[in-house]
Amino acid sequence: MASNEAADKPGFWGWLNKRLAVDQVWRQHFSEYYAPKNFNFWYFFGSLALMVLVLQLVTGIYLAMFYKVGDVSAFDSVEFIRREVSYGWLLQYLHAVGASAFFIVVYLHMYRALLYGSYKAPRELLWLFGMFIYLALMAEAFMGYVLPWGNMSYWAATVIINLFSTIPVIGPGLVEWIRGDYGVADATLNRFFSLHVVVIPMALLLVFLHVVALHEVGSNNPDGVEIKARKGSDGRPLDGIPFHPYYTVKDIVGVGVFLLLFAIVVFFAPTFGNLFMEEANFEPANPLSTPEHIAPSWYFTPYYAILRAVPNQRIGALLLLLAVLAFFFLPWLDRSPVKSIRYRGGLYKAFLALFTVSFLSLMYLGLKPATGAYVTAARVFSVGYFAFFLLMPWYSRADRVKPVPERVTFHA
Amino acid sequence: MRKFAIVALGLVLLAPLASLAAEPASETLDWESWHADNEVSNVASLQRGARNFMNYCVGCHSMRFMRYSRLATDLKIPTDELKANLLPAGASPADYIQSSLAAKDAVAWFGKEPPDLSLIARSRGIDHIYRFLKTFYADPARPNRTNNLVLDSPAMPAVLSELEGVKEAVFKNVEVTVDGKTAVEKHFDHFVTVAPGQLTAPEYDAFVRDTVNFLDYAGEPAQVDRRSIGVWVVLFLLVFTWFAYLLKKEYWKDVH
Amino acid sequence: MTDAGTMANDEGVDQSRRKFLTVATSATAAVGVAFAVTPFIASWNPSERARALGAPLLIDLSKLELGQMITPVWRKQPIYIFRRSPEIVAQLAAHDGRLKDPKSEDSVQPTYADNEQRSRRADVAVLIGTCTHLGCLPKQHFEPGDALLGTDWPGGFLCPCHGSRFDMAGRVFNGSPASTNLRIPPYSFPTDNTLLIGQDETTAQGAA
Repeated sequence: MASNEAADKPGFWGWLNKRLAVDQVWRQHFSEYYAPKNFNFWYFFGSLALMVLVLQLVTGIYLAMFYKVGDVSAFDSVEFIRREVSYGWLLQYLHAVGASAFFIVVYLHMYRALLYGSYKAPRELLWLFGMFIYLALMAEAFMGYVLPWGNMSYWAATVIINLFSTIPVIGPGLVEWIRGDYGVADATLNRFFSLHVVVIPMALLLVFLHVVALHEVGSNNPDGVEIKARKGSDGRPLDGIPFHPYYTVKDIVGVGVFLLLFAIVVFFAPTFGNLFMEEANFEPANPLSTPEHIAPSWYFTPYYAILRAVPNQRIGALLLLLAVLAFFFLPWLDRSPVKSIRYRGGLYKAFLALFTVSFLSLMYLGLKPATGAYVTAARVFSVGYFAFFLLMPWYSRADRVKPVPERVTFHA
Repeated sequence: MRKFAIVALGLVLLAPLASLAAEPASETLDWESWHADNEVSNVASLQRGARNFMNYCVGCHSMRFMRYSRLATDLKIPTDELKANLLPAGASPADYIQSSLAAKDAVAWFGKEPPDLSLIARSRGIDHIYRFLKTFYADPARPNRTNNLVLDSPAMPAVLSELEGVKEAVFKNVEVTVDGKTAVEKHFDHFVTVAPGQLTAPEYDAFVRDTVNFLDYAGEPAQVDRRSIGVWVVLFLLVFTWFAYLLKKEYWKDVH
Repeated sequence: MTDAGTMANDEGVDQSRRKFLTVATSATAAVGVAFAVTPFIASWNPSERARALGAPLLIDLSKLELGQMITPVWRKQPIYIFRRSPEIVAQLAAHDGRLKDPKSEDSVQPTYADNEQRSRRADVAVLIGTCTHLGCLPKQHFEPGDALLGTDWPGGFLCPCHGSRFDMAGRVFNGSPASTNLRIPPYSFPTDNTLLIGQDETTAQGAA
């Protein structure tokens, strides 16, 4: 634990540190925070997620300076931003593409945890905070998509809010209460705007707790070896390196590569073939005209596919909820003595592969109409998706594991 | 074993090609694969498209998000030429492009309000609009004697027929089998010109391409700027990432 | 350093190369940040809509009678336009001694207003109707010898907020809280009976 010696230094630095432990925090969380030296590609996405969060916050605040909430003004105000505000088009594209970039980064960030068992003890709370961030992110993205009040905004809101009608007894009343009207309307839009803004401080608090929880136990690593178990004579983990300068300098490279890919999309393909900004949303909301294919944004489509795979609306909605909630239980479903996939056996690898293929396939199927072979495939992959979680207590224990090394594997 | 698997896989992948060879050569006009192939950076084309729009479209269709002055700046049209050739009487350059057709008149005469075309290129796609403008045909069965391959029974009349000429559609009978039941359907085969227009076929095609190009621009006026700024941003990020990478490698020499 | 995963001491570390690369990367990043910040700052400039609404305004003067004032709005400001009789204009120099700035040396006005009547044409006055004290709209009191303002009142404006007084050329009287004359916008006369506010020889079309 770093101590506050800087408070005794002369000059402004000492004055500041006597009142705010700046130096202590810097040392405890950056220059003397020891992280495993064997972080690989999968470990870029935490810092990238934080960066995208800041990007969304800043672009969002600026958009809110010009956006006019209201069913008669919202759509026009977004076009106004694109055409008549200096660089308004750039602010809008950064925010819209940023939302999809956020999910790409977050899904890869979560996948790392599946690969290396980062959700296992003592990191269960870290994982749970992360899952709450994921829920907040999904709510934020859903509400944000309604704000431009395009035709897809309107119909996506209608369909998703209608899901709540499946809740027994209170369902239909709840739906009207959420909407504030007999259909998705100005009242809905207005409250979604307010909530979209207020989720920000909630998300920031959750991210803060997420990082505090991480620093309490220390990072996991691709070998799943606890580096704090082997310390040198100076009390520092043998396989650890100070986060600053080594991971600050490495994460900057990650930022550069990410921004490069991000810029290519923002400047050359912002709609990304109808995936990031859908065609139907360039028409104003029309309660009398449903788009040909109503699909949520790509980051929701795996769950949407599961919903539509079931012929019963109530059970489909329930399964959608369980599909998201399943992640919460991972720390307790996984009974394996090893953390990292590097030392797990073929059984776990097979199930993780099944999950990966199922998740990606469901994502694709959710974008397609729910007919014929698409529905059959969605049913098959839904089974694969849930099998990963439901059977985990069995296969994680029955799996033939390999011996875990004492030290991390690292090649300079 | 592996070689056998590769050969077998290859044959399986190549099998569908055989069916192509077996199909007889068809005269069916493949209008569904037409592409507009427009270039928004071609200012001369955009100017012609703007002229076409003002002459043939603005009678019914507005572009409520597009100002004449913005058009003039982006399409490099001097103000006096804008006023002489594009600006309707009584409008000022800062105005948005408004059609003079009143909504209730439109509903009375055509059955629905002509949609605003500011964003039509983004909501329907350029190729869709290109094909739409090229597949109107005379159909005596319909009240306005017009039909269209892209949009069945459109409320819009064939306003460009004075330029394109009038054509009729010829259909052929095709057997279609769905779920074991066979039926005979009418499928479009080709067009037949019944009256010539003021433009030849290539001239009309160029007319439509220019117009569609203009609609593409109007849907997103910032797009040319967007791409040119993007080039600089990507170049900058390549340089920055390279420096960052060298810096990372230098520091990580410490780690073993 | 420590005997953790890094080197024990600094030998073999090329400090000058590290410093150079750190500076190069930081400088590039700083340039990038400066460019990245530009769209955010630029977005606050008046939008195309604001600029369009602030475009030059054409006024028809054919119905403007002697002693009558109209107040159109240009760029969110009230513009006082009124017709003055030749007698009023001839009397303007008579009360120069009662004015703070009779020659308009401190005024915000175009060059064609640098004359006694502060306008291009003697018969038509064009002023920005915003009191130069704290921004209220001065009220017109065109009748000379007004009961409220005194028998020597030559005609002009009285600001209701703090009592500043201006004459028929918008010049401020002594004793007023305001210290400068009413401002004058750019304007021109495309024809004898039309007035274009916001555009003259110096301003490009629609520019500030």
